[in-house]
Amino acid sequence: MPTRYVALALGIALIAGIVALAMNEPGASLLATDSPLAGTIEIDGSSTVFPISQAVAEEFRKVHPDVQVPVGVSGTGGGFKRFVVGETQISNASRSIKPSEIEIADENGIEFVEIAVGFDGLSVVANPANRFLECLTTKELKAIWEPGSEVNRWSDVREGLPDGKFRLYGPDTDSGTFDYFTEAIVEHEDASRSDYSASADDNVLIRGVGGDKNALGYFGFAFYSSSPHLLKLIAVDSGDGCVLPSTETINNGSYAPLSRPMFIYVNTAALGRVEVVEFLKFYLDNATKLVQEVGYVPLPEAMYDEGRGTLTASIGTPD
Amino acid sequence: MERQQAPLGSARVTSQIAASVTRPRYSGPTPPVGSATARSPWRRWRDRFFFLLFFASVAIGIFGLAALVIDVLTDGLGTLDFSFINSYPSRHAGESGIRAALFGTIWITVGTAAFAIPIGVATAIYLEEFAPDHWSTRLVQLNIANLAGVPSIIYGILGLALFVQAFALDRSVLAGSLTMTLLILPIVIIVSQEAIKAVPNEFRDAAFALGANRWQVVKTVVLPQAIPGIMSGIILALSRAVGEAAPMLMISSLVFLTFIPSSPGDRFTVLPVQIFNWVSLPQPGFQAVASAGIIVLLAVLLSMNSIAIWIRNRYQKRY
Repeated sequence: MPTRYVALALGIALIAGIVALAMNEPGASLLATDSPLAGTIEIDGSSTVFPISQAVAEEFRKVHPDVQVPVGVSGTGGGFKRFVVGETQISNASRSIKPSEIEIADENGIEFVEIAVGFDGLSVVANPANRFLECLTTKELKAIWEPGSEVNRWSDVREGLPDGKFRLYGPDTDSGTFDYFTEAIVEHEDASRSDYSASADDNVLIRGVGGDKNALGYFGFAFYSSSPHLLKLIAVDSGDGCVLPSTETINNGSYAPLSRPMFIYVNTAALGRVEVVEFLKFYLDNATKLVQEVGYVPLPEAMYDEGRGTLTASIGTPD
Repeated sequence: MERQQAPLGSARVTSQIAASVTRPRYSGPTPPVGSATARSPWRRWRDRFFFLLFFASVAIGIFGLAALVIDVLTDGLGTLDFSFINSYPSRHAGESGIRAALFGTIWITVGTAAFAIPIGVATAIYLEEFAPDHWSTRLVQLNIANLAGVPSIIYGILGLALFVQAFALDRSVLAGSLTMTLLILPIVIIVSQEAIKAVPNEFRDAAFALGANRWQVVKTVVLPQAIPGIMSGIILALSRAVGEAAPMLMISSLVFLTFIPSSPGDRFTVLPVQIFNWVSLPQPGFQAVASAGIIVLLAVLLSMNSIAIWIRNRYQKRY
């Protein structure tokens, strides 16, 4: 039956056509001639740092379309798990690498450098329908979040608050934000109550807090600024009065103790690849603009210069 | 060296004759047309009741589907244009596009078809035409039927452990295709078996009578008759693979990609994962983007299913 084979041939031709179309990148071929850079730079890690690296990857593609830069979201800890075995070249991190992680990196012969890319003010948030809570002291936060905490009602937090139950939202244990918050507030890293809604994806937390009028949660400042209509910022009082996180208070350090630097970690072996070096230069050159755009606080230029210095030293051949 | 005709045919003939002889025929008294019971109002009410019950069931399904389609169309049609199809995802909702996910889906579908069709059809041919009626065959058959009911996330975890990690394929198109192959293989096998079973035994017997060996019977008689059924079954199985998010979430993970795979070793993302990603973003603009993505996915699925229906209607023969 020849018609059947004609149909089959047409089907195969259609698939082949689609695949051929896939290979043909519009516009890319034009730019590709003056950009010989190609290769894949795998990035994973913190969801706090993700918006910065995402923005850099997106802008970088416009200049070097043949360099593939996939950016994953596994949390700082999840990202380091892949980084220390050499699966990724760059790891986003909202805390410094831990000694236990360095140990595994050593076992696998992975050497790395740390580069600071911006400041974050870890933000405590509630639902906009919450009219009674404006500020929490670090002591109150500790009482809420410490392991085994029995604080389940607003009235348990402070006398005078209504007698309603609240629900907690926060990053999961793979998150650097979790590590940092527990260290800064509970004063023991990774010591936290566990009966809260946890996610490695901050967008899930935003949706949780935004949809629950008895919610209380915490995550990176950029996630607040990305959807302020869904959230209400809660000021934090560490003894010197209530301070709301903002570009200014994060920058001048008055939003303490929840202001923190964010990092990228780079596998030194990958610095032998031109496209990785080019990407990192691009990262630092555009950091001020992009860090601000996604809602974080850029570092002073001197600190980006320090990052450039670290890179140059690790490449070995300054240029 | 070709073996002479197998004795299987003769056994089939005997069983067929036996079946036709003992075919049950109604031989009792003719039903009492127009008797008192047939006219009793209770019977009529019962008839009416079940008609309404079944009609309501259909209406619920159709209403649900219509509500979903209308909702998605009103949200997404404004965003859906060629630049949406042809753009990469972006941190800005207005610039986001589905190109990476669309081509990722095409890659995965083609890759899955390349593995699943030969293995699945060959297994079906073996089980239907070659395998002895033995307890081990029945065990294999039982397992295939059970595998078709395993939740898809399990295949995702299996694929992550086996292909991504043990075979060190990384999070590549190849690993994704192999995982999807595992997922749809039981369906492909069962559908192909049904199509092969539907070929009348008389055809086989006639070929055996002419001296064909078993492979010749399969090649010249059974497969040409069964291929339309097999094809439409395979397309339906592939459209299931296109719509699956859970296993691909395990294999590709949530990742920001601004490129399309150019080889089976490249990173990828697929339509359902990209849609999942957009839906989880709290910024308002991304809801429209997600809806536009759903429209594209629905269009892909509907066109695949209509091709399957067209093949079935065009080539199906009844005996």
